[in-house]
Amino acid sequence: MPDFSTLLVANRGEIAVRVLRSARALGLRTIAVYSEADARAPHVKLADEAVLLGPPPVADSYLDVDRILAAATERGAEAIHPGYGFLSENSSFAQAVEAAGIVFVGPPPAAIDVMGDKARAKRAMVEAGVPCVPGYQGEDQSDDRLVAEAREIGFPVMVKAAAGGGGRGMRRVGSEKELVRALSRARSEAERSFGSGDLILERAIERPRHVEVQVFADAHGNAIHLGERDCSVQRRHQKVIEEAPCPVMTEDLRGAMGAAAVNAARAVDYRGAGTVEFLLDESGEFYFLEMNTRLQVEHPVTEMITGLDLVALQLRVARGEALGLDQAEVVLQGHAIEVRYYAEDPEKSFLPATGPILLWHEPSGEGVRVDCGVETGGEVSPYYDAMVAKVIAHGPTRDDARLRLARALEGTALFGVKTNRDFLIDALRQPTFAAGDATTAFIEETYGKRGFQAAPLDTDVVAAAAGLQRAIDLESARKECLAVNPELLDWASTGPLESVVRYELPEGSVNVRVVASRSSGGYDVHVGDAVRRVVVEELRSETARVSVAGRATEVVFLAGRNRELHLTLGSRTHVFVDVAGVPSTGLDGAAGGRVVAPMHGRLLQLLVEQGQEVQVGERLAVLEAMKMQHEILADVGGTVKTIVALPDTQIGAGDLILEIEPAS
Amino acid sequence: MGAMARTVILCQRGGVFTSSVDPSSESFRKNRADMLVAVEQLRALESRSVAASNNRRATFEKRGQIPPHDRIARLLDPGMPFLRLHTLSNYLVEDENPETSVPGANLICGIGFVRGVRCMVWADDSGIRAGSVTHSSLPTTMSLQDIALRQKLPLIHLVESAGANLLSFRVETWAGFGGVFRNLARLSAAGVPTVTVLHGPSTAGGAYMPGLSDYVVGVKDNGLAALGGAALVRAATGEIADERQLGGSEMHASVSGTVEYLADDDAHGLAMARDVVARLDWNRFADPPRARPYDPPKYDTDEIAGVVPVDYRTPYDVREIFARILDGSDFEEFKPRYGLSTVCARAGIFGYPCAIIGNNGPIDPDGATKAAQFFQLCDSSDTPILFLHNTTGYMVGTAYEQAGMIKHGSKMIQAVSNVRVPKISMYIGASYGAGNYGMCGYAYEPDFLFSWPNSSSNVMGGEQAAKTMAQVAEGAAVRRGIEIDAGQLKEQTDAIVAHFSKQESAFYTSGRVLDHGVIDPRDSRRVLGFALETCLEARARTLRPNTFGVARM
Repeated sequence: MPDFSTLLVANRGEIAVRVLRSARALGLRTIAVYSEADARAPHVKLADEAVLLGPPPVADSYLDVDRILAAATERGAEAIHPGYGFLSENSSFAQAVEAAGIVFVGPPPAAIDVMGDKARAKRAMVEAGVPCVPGYQGEDQSDDRLVAEAREIGFPVMVKAAAGGGGRGMRRVGSEKELVRALSRARSEAERSFGSGDLILERAIERPRHVEVQVFADAHGNAIHLGERDCSVQRRHQKVIEEAPCPVMTEDLRGAMGAAAVNAARAVDYRGAGTVEFLLDESGEFYFLEMNTRLQVEHPVTEMITGLDLVALQLRVARGEALGLDQAEVVLQGHAIEVRYYAEDPEKSFLPATGPILLWHEPSGEGVRVDCGVETGGEVSPYYDAMVAKVIAHGPTRDDARLRLARALEGTALFGVKTNRDFLIDALRQPTFAAGDATTAFIEETYGKRGFQAAPLDTDVVAAAAGLQRAIDLESARKECLAVNPELLDWASTGPLESVVRYELPEGSVNVRVVASRSSGGYDVHVGDAVRRVVVEELRSETARVSVAGRATEVVFLAGRNRELHLTLGSRTHVFVDVAGVPSTGLDGAAGGRVVAPMHGRLLQLLVEQGQEVQVGERLAVLEAMKMQHEILADVGGTVKTIVALPDTQIGAGDLILEIEPAS
Repeated sequence: MGAMARTVILCQRGGVFTSSVDPSSESFRKNRADMLVAVEQLRALESRSVAASNNRRATFEKRGQIPPHDRIARLLDPGMPFLRLHTLSNYLVEDENPETSVPGANLICGIGFVRGVRCMVWADDSGIRAGSVTHSSLPTTMSLQDIALRQKLPLIHLVESAGANLLSFRVETWAGFGGVFRNLARLSAAGVPTVTVLHGPSTAGGAYMPGLSDYVVGVKDNGLAALGGAALVRAATGEIADERQLGGSEMHASVSGTVEYLADDDAHGLAMARDVVARLDWNRFADPPRARPYDPPKYDTDEIAGVVPVDYRTPYDVREIFARILDGSDFEEFKPRYGLSTVCARAGIFGYPCAIIGNNGPIDPDGATKAAQFFQLCDSSDTPILFLHNTTGYMVGTAYEQAGMIKHGSKMIQAVSNVRVPKISMYIGASYGAGNYGMCGYAYEPDFLFSWPNSSSNVMGGEQAAKTMAQVAEGAAVRRGIEIDAGQLKEQTDAIVAHFSKQESAFYTSGRVLDHGVIDPRDSRRVLGFALETCLEARARTLRPNTFGVARM
């Protein structure tokens, strides 16, 4: 039996933490690996030991097979869990691990190989009788053949890289006219991204649901499924909200899809945890999409409705133990929904965001689970995936879970980096999602071309921020002072004094005046001509209970050093900066034409020259970060004074690119 | 039986006071109504100067400036307490018309908190007559500087003053004002930091305000300090000077070296002043005073308004006030069966042990000796003393003179003069004659001295003075054997009553800077507690004095 007592986790972030937890619970000795960027990351602290792999880029760290194997051998690891992503679906890694006499916690390399190639996988599935999207996955890759096949399948068709995954290299082609050009572009993209230009064609299923089935197989011939997950809510082909069970699932359909998934697993002699993804169309037909030969990001929703620990189950299976439960023993209870909490800007096409994590505040509550790989004081680095955490809620019904999750998110905050929190809450409360009708077209149909846009600020929010700022200022003065009796607070012998904060709002900067009201124990906050009664009912270290005009809300906040107040108020995250007392020339002279990189990335292009006149909003440079091209626009008009950065170089967030001499 | 025994013990040892005031009674309602009228008058006078200042708000805003009252608000920590001082200074001094006299002496001052540090803050109210010097500016300034020195409070001055008004110039103002700069030098030498924010002009003598401050923040464009303004320079030397080159903040920050920190605007300057104070780390030089757990007064302090008859001639028990000021309404009387009209007790405010003395009428020999002994004991145990004045003075008359009223009163005055503990006085009713002295009145340099708006202090009451003068006149007439003219006597009596009553009002005496301010009686616990905290903090603080003060290089 391949028993083991020491496990190395070849991953980072929340999944490393997740795997380490279960491993430690099983009494295993644990080893983490990390890059220089992750030296103080939570997964490093959680493991019994940690080994530095190398510099931050993934090729030099989490994808470096030799270093990981060396670390495992050196520290006496007897098993390696790859997590998801990175090397989890790399069969040569799995082979190398086993060759080193170490247990690979995952499927046999051969299964990875088959499922990793879309065309081979599809052929295998067709053979096993698993329903597949009508399409072409043949070896003849000539344009003529592909065009002919496409005609046969019927437009629109999806053109996909055979070796692809994660939505990359995928394009939808509406007509034969566009096809040849699309083929050549897809081919070169596939070659660049995956090292193989092989393409497959599939009928485009319109407005499908993405439904996947969790399967588990052991070395003793047992294979079961643990129900399905609906992961239809996606942006840029990446999942954002996942749930189990699927809202439109029936017992019969589940039986059919489950059986198909188990068949798929058996067809490749699968072992361990795997996920068989299907497209489910509006008529209830389902088609094999692909099989993920690893633990999925969204596995917690399955755990919450089955009560199982999938990582523990993976480890048991890897040890050679039997699954210990049969299909009849799998009971699904209630409903669970997960959201992926990303560091990204949902208002700017979900552009990844990086930076320091000034505060990470986790929610609590009945049925709420948080899988998290970051902590206050950490950083969202540009080198890795922008997902910082997953928040999952479970409840007796779908609506219970959905409402709990939205509430939990309202109690969650990450300050310092833009996140998709507000978008997630909004999405959970959309009628389409609430009704369980979300398909893969949900985001596009709901938010349209402009995408998600947060509602404009209202006076209540500004008043709440100013009231909270006042209470925080008072608290910090109290901490500094030697003695002030509480009976004296908010008292002045000639009547209450007002304090002033000045906020830069979209409509310009506004003086907000706050006057203590002894009768209510709160403040009268004047925003322009409007007055709101704000009571800070409780002030804790990261959270507060604030009522505006009698309506109380729990908020998460962080008061920064430079008079900035980060604040979540219900479904919105805000940063208010009090510029009263800030010199008109700015704190560090950053205003007035200094153009800095908004994030880490590669400066692809410089579009202006020294001495050139530029207008506000003119394109200055293009930065590539996280595979996204980001245009940098002039925020002042004037003359380009100096250009500091070089094109085609890596630059860090905040680095100066060029300076504009503002036109006077 | 048991209950009775317990009652007896409580009476002997002091304890929680049981009030005999009925808040639903007619007299309570009347007292309250009368007192609230007096408080309204106080608030109306205070508002008069705020309104006068705010008349210029548009001018300030046009210049990109923050008006003086807002400067104070922005300088202070939001929500921390602020005890304004001398709000009525100069009332009825230059302008004797009660309807038009603007109180405040063109300055705004008080004790508040800046980044958690208890400070004396002082702003020139440039909204009123450009912040020029009034007849009462000097004693007011000296008073706040004395408090700053005595209570070891960093002094922050927000400067914008046209200086002395040459049209109403008085030579004694110039002569006396030297003391203000001397005080700055003494504060610096004592190790009490002084900070000036130059918001506007400070010319002539005023230029020494920044010159003698430890730290100067100068505001661009508006801040100006020059020994002679452009006009004076032209008159004296014929030079046509550019005002900014002559004394602008920018010049002082880069050329003369008189300004340490250059601010973009008023708000920035105030933020810089706050930073200067924060970086002093001033509170590391003191341990917080030790407060004990306490209960709030059993009787609402708000009831004070209804407990006290506005006319001091109507007697009431001063213990009713004690019960509405002291922790738990709990106090232990000292010699409760001796010298009954002088009430001495030990108690606490905000958990700080203190002693308190009040009057239930004139002070007799027993009362005087009791008080003298009590003061000495307080000095011995280092217990701060609160004085609640409501006395028409020491008893007069043959019996009392023969009983040694002079020597017993002297003992009380001697003790109160020499005790080394914090002394906080409050005029709550009458404070007449030498009774004022024995109770630590103005001249006895209490650490703090506040008045209720109903109170009056004087050598004696107006009617008493008039009667005395009538007696003298009648005596003289009898001696000379002439008939007294009743009409003339009535005229004289009325004149004396009017002359005295005008001068004895709290608003009048406060206008002449004979106290630190008039307060709402319902704020008494907070004012006394704040003052007590201030004194205790000062005593806990170790300064780092030097010989000459810190000179600007």
